[in-house]
Amino acid sequence: MQVPAPFVYERATSVQDALALLAKHGPDARLVAGGHSLLPMMKLRFADPAALIDINSIDGLDQISVADGIMTIGAMVTHAQLLASDVVAQHFPMLTEAERVIADPVVRNKGTVGGSLCQADPAEDLSAALGALRASVTTIGSGGSRSIPVRELHDGPYQTVLDENEMVTEVTVPLPSGSSSSAYEKLERRVGDWAIAASGVSVSVADGVISEIGIGLAAVEAPNMVAADAEDAARGQVPSAELIERIGELAAEATDPNTDQRGPADYKRHLAGELTKRALRRALTNAGALTNEGAL
Amino acid sequence: MTTVEESPATDQPDPEGPEVGFGRTLRKEDIRFVRGKGNYLDDVRIPGMLHGAVLRSPIAHGRIVNIDTSAAEAHPKVKAVITGAILETLNLAWAPSLSHDVIAILATDKVRYQGQEVAFVVAEDHYSARDALELIDVEYEILDPVVDARKALEPGAPVIRTDIEDKADNHIFDWESGDADATQAQFDKADVVVTEDLLYPRVHPAPLETCGSVADMDPVDGKLTLWCTTQAPHAHRTVYALVAGLPEHKIRVISPDIGGGFGNKVGIYPGYVLSVVGSIITKKPVKWMENREENLISTSFARDYHMHGEIAATSEGKILGVKVDVLADHGAFNNTAQPTKFPAGFFHVFTGSYDYPAAHCKVTGVYTNKAPGGVAYACSFRVTEAVYLIERMVDRLAQQLGMDPAELRMKNLLQPEQFPYHSPTGWEYDSGNYPAALQMALDMAGYDELRREQAEKRAAYEATGSGDLMGIGISFFTETVGAGPRKHMDILGLGMADGCELRVHPTGKAVVRLSVQTQGQGHETTFAQIVSEVTGIPTADIEVVHGDTDNTPFGLGTYGSRSTPVSGAAAAIASRRVVDKAKIIAATMMEANPDDLEWEQGTWSVKGSPDRSVTIQETAMAAHGPLELPEGVEGQLDASCVYDPPNLTYPFGAYICVADIDSGTGHVKVRRFIAVDDCGPRINPMIVEGQVHGGLADGVGMALMEVIAFDEGGNCLGASFMDYLLPTSMECPSWETGETVTPSPHHPLGVKGVGESATVGSPPAVVNAVVDALAPFGVTDIDMPCTPAQVWRTMQGRRFRSDLAITDD
Amino acid sequence: MTDLAETPVSLPTTEVSLTINGEAVTRTVESRTLLIHFIRDHLDLTGTHWGCDTSNCGACVVWVDKKPVKSCTMLAAMAGGHEVRTVEDLEGADGLDPVQEGFMQCHGLQCGFCTPGMLMVGRALLDENPNPSEDEIREAISGNLCRCTGYENIIRSVRWAAEAGTSENGASQ
Repeated sequence: MQVPAPFVYERATSVQDALALLAKHGPDARLVAGGHSLLPMMKLRFADPAALIDINSIDGLDQISVADGIMTIGAMVTHAQLLASDVVAQHFPMLTEAERVIADPVVRNKGTVGGSLCQADPAEDLSAALGALRASVTTIGSGGSRSIPVRELHDGPYQTVLDENEMVTEVTVPLPSGSSSSAYEKLERRVGDWAIAASGVSVSVADGVISEIGIGLAAVEAPNMVAADAEDAARGQVPSAELIERIGELAAEATDPNTDQRGPADYKRHLAGELTKRALRRALTNAGALTNEGAL
Repeated sequence: MTTVEESPATDQPDPEGPEVGFGRTLRKEDIRFVRGKGNYLDDVRIPGMLHGAVLRSPIAHGRIVNIDTSAAEAHPKVKAVITGAILETLNLAWAPSLSHDVIAILATDKVRYQGQEVAFVVAEDHYSARDALELIDVEYEILDPVVDARKALEPGAPVIRTDIEDKADNHIFDWESGDADATQAQFDKADVVVTEDLLYPRVHPAPLETCGSVADMDPVDGKLTLWCTTQAPHAHRTVYALVAGLPEHKIRVISPDIGGGFGNKVGIYPGYVLSVVGSIITKKPVKWMENREENLISTSFARDYHMHGEIAATSEGKILGVKVDVLADHGAFNNTAQPTKFPAGFFHVFTGSYDYPAAHCKVTGVYTNKAPGGVAYACSFRVTEAVYLIERMVDRLAQQLGMDPAELRMKNLLQPEQFPYHSPTGWEYDSGNYPAALQMALDMAGYDELRREQAEKRAAYEATGSGDLMGIGISFFTETVGAGPRKHMDILGLGMADGCELRVHPTGKAVVRLSVQTQGQGHETTFAQIVSEVTGIPTADIEVVHGDTDNTPFGLGTYGSRSTPVSGAAAAIASRRVVDKAKIIAATMMEANPDDLEWEQGTWSVKGSPDRSVTIQETAMAAHGPLELPEGVEGQLDASCVYDPPNLTYPFGAYICVADIDSGTGHVKVRRFIAVDDCGPRINPMIVEGQVHGGLADGVGMALMEVIAFDEGGNCLGASFMDYLLPTSMECPSWETGETVTPSPHHPLGVKGVGESATVGSPPAVVNAVVDALAPFGVTDIDMPCTPAQVWRTMQGRRFRSDLAITDD
Repeated sequence: MTDLAETPVSLPTTEVSLTINGEAVTRTVESRTLLIHFIRDHLDLTGTHWGCDTSNCGACVVWVDKKPVKSCTMLAAMAGGHEVRTVEDLEGADGLDPVQEGFMQCHGLQCGFCTPGMLMVGRALLDENPNPSEDEIREAISGNLCRCTGYENIIRSVRWAAEAGTSENGASQ
């Protein structure tokens, strides 16, 4: 079996403890949460940290709560927890739908929200979904606490904008206003695989027009994993079949996919459009903004 | 939904099953497995055992300039570092392959595929061994690789096998079968000729347990004990004796519980040999166990057949002949595991299940810079490729003629009275009733209703341009299993017969010793049932011993669905011999003439005097007791048999796949799969059904997701389960199975073997369903695997090569 | 990277104390020891298998605090202080767990290699949902690969266990 190279193991008991351990072990230290992204990389010896700081014993980072129009999701909330959460399903169907297709049920028991976001994998579903929802991560570092929009968290594949001594403690998601809904569409080669392409769309509708929209795209190399031009084009528009077509086209245009064994770039770009259309159609329908005859 | 054999959880038959003989009886081996008490290779622990790990080539083709092992040797937990140079001094750097070639145990001159073995480290523990691999520094001069089999024979292609004297190209063999002139004559009078280029891409059996071994060379008595993941322990032992010069009686090969084989564990891999060398050098037991990447990139793959097919027919749909031209990619060494005289395995059974006068195939084997192999993955020695070829071509013909593919098949299927049937390429099909099997499958599927539904869906799609595309795919296969008659079939000179020894203990319990080795097929149960059926001794009273060359008779092992056809026959005949001997003993006990006795399962009685009878158990005790036996009859109750099959057996089946394709994404969902199998009488219907289920999942996997492709640098693109995709429970439908029963006329039990039927038969059903669904787009073929990307591109007439890295073209 | 050539003898270690199948154990192991190896090689419980390295196959599934996890992708050190349960613990004083019995009754295993993982996932599902549908079972085992059965009989096996009774460590009700 593949085994990781040697490293020092530390168990952090608090956020401050984790930060102190990060400082102690220097730039080659890594935090480990669920470990389902990091440990496989270490076994392949693509990642080779000198120290692993286990943050699973830190209390209080595994809660989901809603207050003052904001949902707060602890960084150590597992995929399984998010999937099972009624309050999440109620406010953000997209997150529940995304979780249902992330990895497999057993992996979801260990993988965490914070770990997934910080892995900065361009195919990672929560980064797209939470980006669409305009969520932010709250971090604590040597310089204190700050909030970073999920859309700005990644700094290229497998890179984040976080400082060396900084950790994500929670994700905050603003609750939508008005008539709203969201949907996530992912196409996989096989259940449990990473996306060939995925699109998550969140819409709010007021006075018959789209008042706010978020479109997150995974695995298709969209800037910040969102389709910003499509969002701008949709905002203020009356939902219609034509609009859905147009937004799908703009979402596809936002992508610059890599050709790999999941498919050629032209196919992935097509999927970005197709899946965005499907997600948008469902989100609008569920928000009550699209009648059946519009749902072409 | 119609099912012929439904076994819902609420309706289980007698949970214990019949006490004696054939029937659905629970498996004897299960109790240890469900308790976590199986004993697989990695569970073998010997005091003082060391751990080996293989350093593998990161490149596909390169000259080894230098290997520096000094840092690895300096690792305090490392006990030995073995390179090709060291093996050369032992004359072990190269070994004969299973196909008139050689394989490198460790590379000496060049590396010829990514993942090839370059060095072997033996250390105190597994982690240290893996660490030490990182400390070995190998300098390569990188050479251009041959990746695309279709370019392997081009002038100027890099020559891979520079180790072969005067070798100036990458050609391995040309082989043909059938009558080219007779076939051409049929084509000349045909109304319709359809051609298609079909690819059966490289796939991998990927058993869940990888390959491994534990070698323990006793430095005192010179006896080697080798625990090994092998489907053929006796053949392995003989090969070690021939290759390494070890005396055969000083080698004991033990094959413990095997975590799936599917042909992956037939061959001898360098790792096995290296564990032996490591044990010889360190004088300690050495374990070697692959990780998953090593298994996928270096051990026996399957297929990689590039086939050009042509089929000729009358305008009424009567098939006249088939021509095939195959380019076979065997990788860097020709190490395919099939009967020696058959370089293309049994591919020439490609004429399939149909009645037509002439056929011809030509197969050219080539070297490429890829892992060696080709014959694995429950393929029955390339019958998978053969069935794929004919079943795709028949569908293609139906499409061309505008004829329903079921109707075309019915029109051409061999008829029951034609058996034994002599095929145009020299096979003698033993028995069959093909139309009955196809009709049953059509009835189970509700075929006409499905076609109606499809027409509605097509109309809806044409009206809206969206929605699902529905496809119905049929496959009818004839399998060719149970190799085989010794005079025709051998592996490395070892005839493909199998031995069996049966001994009945004084108290009437029995032990049966087999040369074949289960990898999950349930031999501990079914072979006990065979003995029980013939002798009347309860199945529970019969111990099955296998997987240990010191305790079992010689034989060639389990692959090619040969256990039941060959070893099962040996067990049946040994059992009959025991019954015959028991008859003499019974006659002596009852002071009767043996000719006056009659047998009823488990009991000999005097004809007409049913009160005068003795059981087989009573004869066993008497055989060991003071009873005076007739002149020439020895005491005890035992028998043996070495079974040389007179012919292969030919199980067959009719499969129907119903698939739905998302027209917007190209995603294929198998909605239903109907499988009617005929493997003769079923020893244990529960186990047979399980074998079929597993093979059907293989078919879904190969048709939809499994592939080992290579990029232009020769890098393997299916090197982990993240990239080599196996079907999960979510891709598999609830299988609908049915059966017909046509006994084999030449097997003592009439049974035919079933282990590979579904793997062989199911892929074309799925692909035919996909092509059927895409027919409105003018699609006539698609390469496996039918991934969403491939389906979408095919809909647009822009297929890509699935054996190479996907590009933007 | 730790330079192995220079510091090979004193690799970082961690004292791991956990509960395995109800029994408290403590072992000092290399910090990088994966939970699967801790269980198999340090505790000699070989019922748990490994099949892939990449947390795809599920042969290595054990429970940590009653949740099934893939032990090839967890450090032994991370399991410290937690309750680990393996296939060896399924059989109770009253006999086999119904899910074990179900796999035998319904031919839910062939080579047996994926079986421990399947059993642990199946038992966890039944504890959470005593009467799962076929679709729910399919979903629950979708992270566990089987190369032999085509999954059909595994699903039947879990259904059998559901119908036989869901009492943990109990014989069929």
